[in-house]
Amino acid sequence: MPTILSPGTTAPDFTLNATPDQKLSLSEFRGRRVILAFYPADWSPVCGDQMSLYNHVLAEFRKKGAELVGISVDGAWCHQAFAHDRNLHFPLLSDFEPKGAVSRAYGAYQDNVGESARALFIVDEQGKIAWSFLSPVGINPGADGILDALDMMPAPETTNVAT
Amino acid sequence: MSQLRVPVSARDHIRGGNDADVTLVEYGDYQCPYCAMANPIVGLMERQYGRALRVVFRHFPMEEVHPLALTAAEAAEYAGDNGVFWEMHDAIYANQPRLGVPLLFAIAGTLKLSQIGLRDSLASFLHAERVRSDFLGGVRSGVNGTPTFFINGVRHDGGFSASELSAALEQQLTVTR
Repeated sequence: MPTILSPGTTAPDFTLNATPDQKLSLSEFRGRRVILAFYPADWSPVCGDQMSLYNHVLAEFRKKGAELVGISVDGAWCHQAFAHDRNLHFPLLSDFEPKGAVSRAYGAYQDNVGESARALFIVDEQGKIAWSFLSPVGINPGADGILDALDMMPAPETTNVAT
Repeated sequence: MSQLRVPVSARDHIRGGNDADVTLVEYGDYQCPYCAMANPIVGLMERQYGRALRVVFRHFPMEEVHPLALTAAEAAEYAGDNGVFWEMHDAIYANQPRLGVPLLFAIAGTLKLSQIGLRDSLASFLHAERVRSDFLGGVRSGVNGTPTFFINGVRHDGGFSASELSAALEQQLTVTR
């Protein structure tokens, strides 16, 4: 299994296609928390379940101050069809060209199959990795680990400041 | 090993007595075909183990892929308010290929429930919060798809065929006896 970046490391910045004509950079999330969910492939049974589960937990992630993005080596058109089919309400980023470069930067690439590993990262407001987890490829890691990790982080700064 | 984080309590839908040796908690979705397959198997286990087993059902609707799951769960809760949760539960699974709002109203009618009451409870999302809290409790316990079973609080990662479920239950029975 690959070795993923550990907590405390600065999350490598990236810019990837979120749709065929829109790009998204990690740096755009600065000041907010973001969950990066690397996964092997759109349409495969386990990933489909995992992304679908996260889609249903999205409100809970947001309540805890975290946004979510999925990342795999699938092309932007493939992501678009998959997101449409599953009604996903979060962006899927395409680590397609050069293939897997971002996944590699996070240590979340499986060279033997040419796909991203099933790895989770929480990047904090300062762009540092606060938590990471590598799941065996065939196992859906669920959302409990992410929620537990978010609960362990200090309460996010809100715009409602009592004076 | 994932553990059930929300203990079984009086708010749950429970079939069987508190003195049962084994508690089987299922997280399910009324539009999930695998859950419909599992439901008669759970019934078979109840007949096989009698008083030794109690069964708990909690909602885990994946409404973005199963658009009727949430409404069906709320309808089952409405039936629960009127003392016939399990009758509604079994009827939904038995008729899953026909699942739709008309089916839910038809079952309510068969169970002699007020259909106006059902309409009002669905329109006001009376049970939405209860269903969501079941769902979130499941997520926190490591449920990542349906059906997911917990046997005496530990997630059952094997299959749900009669033989696999029965073997897992037997194992707990020998531990507790």
